[in-house]
Amino acid sequence: MQFLSTDISLILEKLSIIVVVVLALLGIALYTTFAERKVAGIMQDRYGPNRAGPFGLLQPLADGIKLFFKEELIPLASNRMLFILGPFIAMFTALITGAVVPWGSQLEIFDRTVSLTIAKPDIGILYVFAVVSIGVFGMMIGGWASNNKFSLLAAIRGASQVISYELAMGLSIIALLLVTGTMNLGEIVTQQMAGGLGGFLGWNVFAQPLGFLIFLVCVFAECNRTPFDLPEAESELNMGYHQEYSSLKLGFFLFSEYINMIVSSAVMATLFFGGYDIPFVDEASLSAAWGNNIVAILGILMLLTKIVFFLFLFMWVRWTIPRFRYDQLMDLGWRKMIPLALANMLITGVITLWLNR
Amino acid sequence: MSISEILFWFLSALSILSALMMVTSRNPVHSVLWLILVFFAISGHYILMNAQFLAIVNMIVYAGAIMVLFLFVIMLMNMNAETEPQKSKWMKMAGTIGSGSLLLVLVAALRDSELRARTLEGPEGSIGLVKQLGAVLFTDYVVPFEISSVLFLSAMVGAVLIGKKD
Repeated sequence: MQFLSTDISLILEKLSIIVVVVLALLGIALYTTFAERKVAGIMQDRYGPNRAGPFGLLQPLADGIKLFFKEELIPLASNRMLFILGPFIAMFTALITGAVVPWGSQLEIFDRTVSLTIAKPDIGILYVFAVVSIGVFGMMIGGWASNNKFSLLAAIRGASQVISYELAMGLSIIALLLVTGTMNLGEIVTQQMAGGLGGFLGWNVFAQPLGFLIFLVCVFAECNRTPFDLPEAESELNMGYHQEYSSLKLGFFLFSEYINMIVSSAVMATLFFGGYDIPFVDEASLSAAWGNNIVAILGILMLLTKIVFFLFLFMWVRWTIPRFRYDQLMDLGWRKMIPLALANMLITGVITLWLNR
Repeated sequence: MSISEILFWFLSALSILSALMMVTSRNPVHSVLWLILVFFAISGHYILMNAQFLAIVNMIVYAGAIMVLFLFVIMLMNMNAETEPQKSKWMKMAGTIGSGSLLLVLVAALRDSELRARTLEGPEGSIGLVKQLGAVLFTDYVVPFEISSVLFLSAMVGAVLIGKKD
């Protein structure tokens, strides 16, 4: 069937993948909040939430209902329209990053081959960067529109932090691109799958260990996670940029942070850890034996495992390393990360030239 | 009408509308936000011409970094609609007439120029993709490219020099 000279079934296929990805992101984010509190509890030698449902598993639902039914306050002196716009931008940009991440290879449903990536632009990584740089506006607009000096300070801190760490992040990615030769995330995964030991040795983290480290630190800064959670430093700025927010809008801000964490974990897994590649297993021979669909689903599960590992890393670091001071943060970003990333880029360039001589 | 035509008209209307809103809105922060929307619409136009790299860099550099800095300055100076000095009616009128005449001259000059004979690349064009763009930049246009990079470097050094205390 055709609509405006476009295949309708393709539109439906993409729409259904989008719905599934968005729902999955929201669902995982819901339980990431729960996991965060449980991990915090274990690390501090206490139980964590354990009242709602078995093992406290219904806790995120209870939290959601609480946020939903709380009174919605909009400060009188605030800029009403922008105040409402802020959390929506934060949520929207958090969700659309998932569009270029290859969540799996391909599924065959009713003799249709369904690709599990929503969009495969040539400029995959740059798209992620663009969305990250747009994502700052949610925080900035929200913080400014609150008409509160703490919120404004937090918003400005957050924006300058994100801009500073974007530079080092971009430089570490350039080194990675020198190795892969493509910006398409799907192609980067396929390249890694071709490595030795069933793809394990092809993982970019072995080619770019320093680049990965820089990228990881920058991701922590971009997601405003401890030790770089200065925009919401509660000991100095009360609650930071979302201080005036209540009810669902506060929920949107808090939730978008978790979705950002999930998507950046997925991007890290894709760029450096083989994406949906199952280590020590040759996917081609396995799909010959078991069929394509089962291997594709196993690949999705593998990617989810990697994401869960990174999410745990986020929490682990949060309860291990204390918050940086603001000048230390800027010092680390500009005086350590950027020169390190530049050196990494130079060395990678020389080695790539040497190997391709 | 094909999908790209519909998108073209939508994006054109969006960019003109938000540009008008940017000029006319009284609150400077609103102006910046409308300007961001203009950049988005322009990025959409680039994508329609399959200039993916240009579109995304426009978004990262202009809509992202530069607009954040604009917002920074405006938020820190605490410019509001109430405190912002409003120009007198005559000034506005003169500005409108002046820039309108400039537009007229530009349109009249470009109407019959050879630029018009060159049609834009449609969605099938591939010159805007990263590989082709990089190849062109580093072969045909390598000298202007390097010169502009030196220009940027000197601007950066200058900024650092100004920012340094004594």
